[in-house]
Amino acid sequence: MSITSTLTDGRVAGRAADSEFVRRLKRRRTNETVFICLGLAATSIGLIALAALMIDLAASGYPRLTADFFTNFPSRRAGQAGILSAWVGSLLVISVTAFIGVPLGVAAGIYLEEYAPKNIWTNIIEINVSNLAGVPSIVFGLLALGLFVYGFGTGRSIFTAGLTLALLILPIIIVATREAIRAVPWSLREAAYGVGATKWQVTQDHVLPAAVPGVLTGVIIGISRALGETAPLVTIGALSFIAFLPPSPVSADFPFISFAWLFEGFTVLPIQAFNWVSRPGDDFQSNAAAAGLVLMAITLVLNGVAIYFRYRLRKKLQW
Amino acid sequence: MASALTVWERRRQRLRERAIEFVLLVAAASSVFVTLAIVAVLIYESLGFFSSVPITDFLFGTVWTPLFSNPQYGILPLLGGTLLSTFVALLFVAPIGLVTAVYLSEFASPRVREIIKPILELLSGVPTVVYGFFALLFMTPLLQTFIPNLPGFNILSAGIVIGIMIIPYVASLSEDAMRAVPNNLRDGSLAMGATRLETAVRVVLPAAISGVAAAFILGISRAVGETMIVAIAAGQQPNLTLDPREPAATITAYIVQVALGDLPHGSLAYQTIFAAGLVLLLLTLVFNIAGFWLRHKFREVY
Amino acid sequence: MNTHTAPTMSSATIGAAGEMLAGRPKITAKNVNVYYGEKQALFDVSVNIPEKSVTSFIGPSGCGKSTFLRCFNRMNDTIPTCRVTGDIEIDNADIYERGLDVVQLRARVGMVFQKPNPFPKSIYDNIAYGPRIHGLARSKTDLDQIVESSLKKAGLFEEVKDRLHESGTGLSGGQQQRLCIARAIAVGPEVILMDEPCSALDPIATARIEELIDHLKENFTIIIVTHSMQQAARVSQRTAFFHLGVLVEEGVTQMIFTNPRDRRTQDYITGRFG
Repeated sequence: MSITSTLTDGRVAGRAADSEFVRRLKRRRTNETVFICLGLAATSIGLIALAALMIDLAASGYPRLTADFFTNFPSRRAGQAGILSAWVGSLLVISVTAFIGVPLGVAAGIYLEEYAPKNIWTNIIEINVSNLAGVPSIVFGLLALGLFVYGFGTGRSIFTAGLTLALLILPIIIVATREAIRAVPWSLREAAYGVGATKWQVTQDHVLPAAVPGVLTGVIIGISRALGETAPLVTIGALSFIAFLPPSPVSADFPFISFAWLFEGFTVLPIQAFNWVSRPGDDFQSNAAAAGLVLMAITLVLNGVAIYFRYRLRKKLQW
Repeated sequence: MASALTVWERRRQRLRERAIEFVLLVAAASSVFVTLAIVAVLIYESLGFFSSVPITDFLFGTVWTPLFSNPQYGILPLLGGTLLSTFVALLFVAPIGLVTAVYLSEFASPRVREIIKPILELLSGVPTVVYGFFALLFMTPLLQTFIPNLPGFNILSAGIVIGIMIIPYVASLSEDAMRAVPNNLRDGSLAMGATRLETAVRVVLPAAISGVAAAFILGISRAVGETMIVAIAAGQQPNLTLDPREPAATITAYIVQVALGDLPHGSLAYQTIFAAGLVLLLLTLVFNIAGFWLRHKFREVY
Repeated sequence: MNTHTAPTMSSATIGAAGEMLAGRPKITAKNVNVYYGEKQALFDVSVNIPEKSVTSFIGPSGCGKSTFLRCFNRMNDTIPTCRVTGDIEIDNADIYERGLDVVQLRARVGMVFQKPNPFPKSIYDNIAYGPRIHGLARSKTDLDQIVESSLKKAGLFEEVKDRLHESGTGLSGGQQQRLCIARAIAVGPEVILMDEPCSALDPIATARIEELIDHLKENFTIIIVTHSMQQAARVSQRTAFFHLGVLVEEGVTQMIFTNPRDRRTQDYITGRFG
């Protein structure tokens, strides 16, 4: 390629072809290639860690995943121990969490996005929500211990645990609800207002239905987080050795429904796993791996569903 | 338009609207009550603690043995453990997170990015107790092949696994910040004959720097508050050390350790976990405020 | 566009334009086609761009003029679905040749964008960016000199000489655009592409840029895309009119405006569409 100097002062012009420029360019291109390799390596470290973690869990826990493992209570003998009380406990605790956390979070999200006036109070609530999201989970455990267990006297119960986790995932649900509502186009609201609907009618009949997938994504992520939480429940004193099930919520006698289970002691899957991992001996650690495997499976399924929802949402969002 | 609603019906409807708005407001305000309750509980129990232990002993003491017969209440060993494990995590995640973010934002095709990002984000969804297992029974044995005298419990292994846990916070959020940089800046740089790497490092990254910093700070805040990984893999003896190969308890691990025992409500030892919790809350608060401020600043640039 | 009279030109400009016809072609494009995925945006465009003069591309929006401009520094490469066929040569060398590095090409062919896009850095660092990445300065004083002379050539030096280390984004729109021109000059290009450089500016800032373009043509080959016919008439020696991805007509500017050969060109310049 022939280059002629075109600048009158000629000082920098035409350098694009001189040998120094070309030599330098070669180095710049090499740097770029090196970086791309580094980028691939760095990105794969995260992926490799995830894979290593799952393979490690599966290798040590998979043989323990028999039907008995799901139907046995914990035992002093590793080979006979199971997670019956743990998964039942997780199920009950998470029901309480969802029952309290979802309506509260969605309502708060609706208020902040649709109703809140632009004033200092709204600002305080908003800053507070984002701050609450950054509070370590174990601090929620301290709150529950000081206020619920001893202050309100709800004890080390399923109710206390469910309530604590509900507060923990509140910011996640609020933020997801707000984002989902914000994505609903303004024209939809105008159309509804235009035919004389009240604010709540607009919200209930038009905005919320359109926001459901986004809200659901947040709820699922929140529930998944709550299911895996250990620290706050350890703090309120969840027991790790429970060889019984709480009383059934449905009974044969009138009034057929009982809430006695709410105030029973409990254990949950992550706490059971924690208990086993801190015991010496390979046998118990296999149990811990098996319980961890069950937890991972639940986490993966829930996150998969959430990713699917988000994917569908993004495709549909072109109104 | 003739309304079919009578005056009474309309009044009832108005009342209903007001009632609904009030209920929603209460729900939104509940998050503020949660924060207030957290602060109140921690301060209330800590006051009880500080009426028996001078605050200077607590802040500057270098020995933490509240459960011994001759108890000492210096928080420094626990604080040191927390900061050391956080530092190890940061050292591990900083290069990986940053390079991953630059790679995904500036080099990977949109398709690859769409697949990799959700998988990386799974790392923040893994239950922490599983990470604890991974640190104790995979990472530590792995490290022991390089560092022969590494004890079974150590800060290094816990810190690295915390680093893995916060990869999504650092990488994914940094990537978001970098992709928010308008394309016309990239075009400007490419049109001058900059390579994509030069554009990424000299134009995009500086333009997104506050968002990237906010992502790092959020990651640090997570690392500071992480409990199960350190409780399982870092050991439970308070140990004022700068050597990550040693075992050392963190603030969070101490709280777990105490909660696992059955301390009588109202005892001084019971109150220690609230005082420790208060320090933890203040520590994360500082990081959260810094991150919030940076994100805010970042939003104002464009 | 609602003008109904052909823009007037000074006799001096006409004389200069006439001479430009003899200038040797700096760039030759032959049978250029551009596709975005399945959609074809440019059809068989061939044109010669003379050296050290201003050539303007005009036409209604969506006509392909910006797409064509971006072929000359291969900015279209940054769009994954974009495909270019045909020949484009600068100084008789194919710029789409295999093995040619776009970095080298873009160091020779600078570009100024529609919206001023200074980097969020100081004025000094904005200008120094190109010389630094290309290693054009041998010392700090060398770099200082490049910055100063580039700013002078862009007519911005007097306005900013006391605040070289303040942010480039703090300048007014017109100053930002001149900063971007200075930034392009600093690399020492031979060709400068301008993609509607005044569309975001007020009339006074526009006039300054046009004045600057007139000066720059002594040293650079300039191609400017504009939606303003008056601007094309004021600054360019040759004009190419595009319509629906086709190069309808190309020639000496005042011929295009006073005596267009094609009906479509006539309709456009008399404001019947566009």
